[in-house]
Amino acid sequence: MKTQNIAHALFNNWGRRSVIGIPYLFLILLFTVPFLVVLKISVSETDGIRFQDLLSYVDGAVTLKIKLSNYLFLGSDPLYVETYWSSIKFAALNTAICLFIGYPFAYFMARSPANLRPALLMLVTLPFWTSYLLRVYAWKGLLDDHGVFNNILIWLHLIDSPIRMMHTAFSMTIGMVYAYLPFMILPLYANLVKMDLRLIEAAKDLGATPWQTFWLVTVPLSRNGIIAGAMLVFIPSMGEYVIPELLGGPGTLMIGRVLWDEFFSNNDWAMASAVAVTMVGLILVPLAIFNRYQADSGGVRGV
Amino acid sequence: MQQKHQGAADLTGDASFVRIDQLTKRFDEVAAVDDVSIDIRKGDIFALLGSSGCGKSTLLRMLAGFETPTAGGIFLEGVEISQLPPYERPINMMFQSYALFPHLTVFENIAFGLKRDKMPKDQIAERVEAMLNIVQLKPYAKRKPHQLSGGQQQRVALARCLAKSPKLLLLDEPLGALDRKLREQTQFELHNIIKKVGVTCVLVTHDQEEAITMADRIAVMSNGRFLQVGQPHEIYETPNCLFVAGFIGDVNLFKGTVEVDEPDHVVIGTPECRHFVSHGITGTLDMQVSIALRPEKICLQEHEPTIEQRESAQEHGYNCARGMIDAVAYFGKFTLFHVKLDSGMVIKATRENAARHEETQLVRGQRVYAWWDGSDVVVLTN
Ligand SMILES: Nc1ncnc2c1ncn2[C@@H]1O[C@H](COP(=O)(O)OP(=O)(O)OP(=O)(O)O)[C@@H](O)[C@H]1O
Ligand SMILES: [Mg+2]
Repeated sequence: MKTQNIAHALFNNWGRRSVIGIPYLFLILLFTVPFLVVLKISVSETDGIRFQDLLSYVDGAVTLKIKLSNYLFLGSDPLYVETYWSSIKFAALNTAICLFIGYPFAYFMARSPANLRPALLMLVTLPFWTSYLLRVYAWKGLLDDHGVFNNILIWLHLIDSPIRMMHTAFSMTIGMVYAYLPFMILPLYANLVKMDLRLIEAAKDLGATPWQTFWLVTVPLSRNGIIAGAMLVFIPSMGEYVIPELLGGPGTLMIGRVLWDEFFSNNDWAMASAVAVTMVGLILVPLAIFNRYQADSGGVRGV
Repeated sequence: MQQKHQGAADLTGDASFVRIDQLTKRFDEVAAVDDVSIDIRKGDIFALLGSSGCGKSTLLRMLAGFETPTAGGIFLEGVEISQLPPYERPINMMFQSYALFPHLTVFENIAFGLKRDKMPKDQIAERVEAMLNIVQLKPYAKRKPHQLSGGQQQRVALARCLAKSPKLLLLDEPLGALDRKLREQTQFELHNIIKKVGVTCVLVTHDQEEAITMADRIAVMSNGRFLQVGQPHEIYETPNCLFVAGFIGDVNLFKGTVEVDEPDHVVIGTPECRHFVSHGITGTLDMQVSIALRPEKICLQEHEPTIEQRESAQEHGYNCARGMIDAVAYFGKFTLFHVKLDSGMVIKATRENAARHEETQLVRGQRVYAWWDGSDVVVLTN
């Protein structure tokens, strides 16, 4: 009887551990291991073909060799520094525009009649039904010198000769906003639709005008949605490659393109890895700390 | 905002401080509030009492400004307010589950309404302080709502809506979220605070005890209409219809016909006994009526009522029926008996346990006399 109980408890424990363990296993396999591989490559010596092991054992001496020259080069070459800075700026701009468009969008979705919401939600996710690459490519057709927009403007006699839109910061920003807007809207919508409407009524009851209610109650309470949406847009747009490549131009430096060049044009894997690791360090570490701080100070939020 | 409607105060007087005039609210042709009219006196606590879905909240929300009436008007000190948005009414509401802002501290929650009035900062601090004192939550000013107990949250919510010194305070099931023990204690506290502040108050509840202990006047609602409006004892002692009698407290209902109809007394025959009623009724001979009798008005005893007992009751008329005790339930301060009368009807009777050892314990199966005063009977003609 007793042993049975113990066995039962053990099994239960095992079951629980495996349930918790599976996500961890995924994280280790799909994130930590690849990252360590990249990290290793970035500090490895190479003989031109193969990367050497970091630890070597020769004549009874263990040697640990870490090559930092790639990182030092990164820090000293203004091209890289500038590119990082430019990536951050474009990602931030993208996030800001997505928030600006996405918030009212999500707000009206969340406040629309309950039976209309699934349809609206489907419309937001509709772009995902076609290939990302195709959709970005389609913007080319719209923004080209002889594209749809220019043709319309000329036809309306608003302009005489085509405006240069393609391969500028403008075209790239449009493409980025277009591609990432759903990632802002969805978490915001999920947050806003759960909001306790009595809090809005309470604010009005206490004398707050609709505008004050929005800024003093709705926005602060949707903070978690804003943060989640901003992360989902900011982080991937930092490393975005396809859109800068297709819609961007010489003026739109993005770290994703540099990475691609290092890997495939220069075949300098070590340098490319160093660029990637630095990006992770530069962006993710501060964001993770920020997130942690949020969780600590937040307590129960958006209840 | 506070001063906006001052001028009209003297026109109407205190008796109709709040006037609700033929107010109706329909949701898709279903009337949630149906042609309700009432005057509420200044300083009164007015309770809306009724079962779930009878339209209490809808009426309250119309007062607060969250619903627009389909028809009718609401006047505060003689000024029509039913078309004003909530933030322009000098009325504050305490929500059923408090609706405290989770991202603000207790202090900021209470200050929220004051800031909207553009009150200077130092005055706000003073006012919030005073409110915290009233609800005895001074040490908790810096906490967030989720760090408070249910009772404390309730008091923050009260302080928040009192802070603006509203002309009318609305409470929607103010104690609904508290457990029973805390609720009783809070009832008195809440009542004391409201009376101390002196604010006119409309209270929504489905708990008759809460309404009776807290309110100066009660309106019993059913299907969007007021069935009876009166002071708690009027509602309890002289209900005007079966619904009210059954809704407030326990009641025994006898069905019978009018046998004697005099201006100063009537006799109503039921299978249990001939009820002598010591007041006239608006009815006719042979009319079908119901008789309501509260359990605590019934005396139970083993022996036949003595001459003295009868004579003391005689001036109001004396009614008696015989039966057998069917069940006994001891509730501490009183005991509830189910008595099966000889007609087969089971009535409830209670007896207060004033002394520690009741000299004559009544037990199950015992035959008893149940008798009551003719003035304690209420005749319901509908
Ligand atoms: N927004 C609405 N739309 C449609 N019908 C509504 C709406 N609000 C309330 N009703 C209906 O009006 C009636 C009265 O509702 P109300 O909320 O006033 O009841 P209540 O007396 O407060 O009940 P409870 O004690 O359960 O809170 C109900 O039948 C309800 O279904
Ligand atoms: Mg209600």
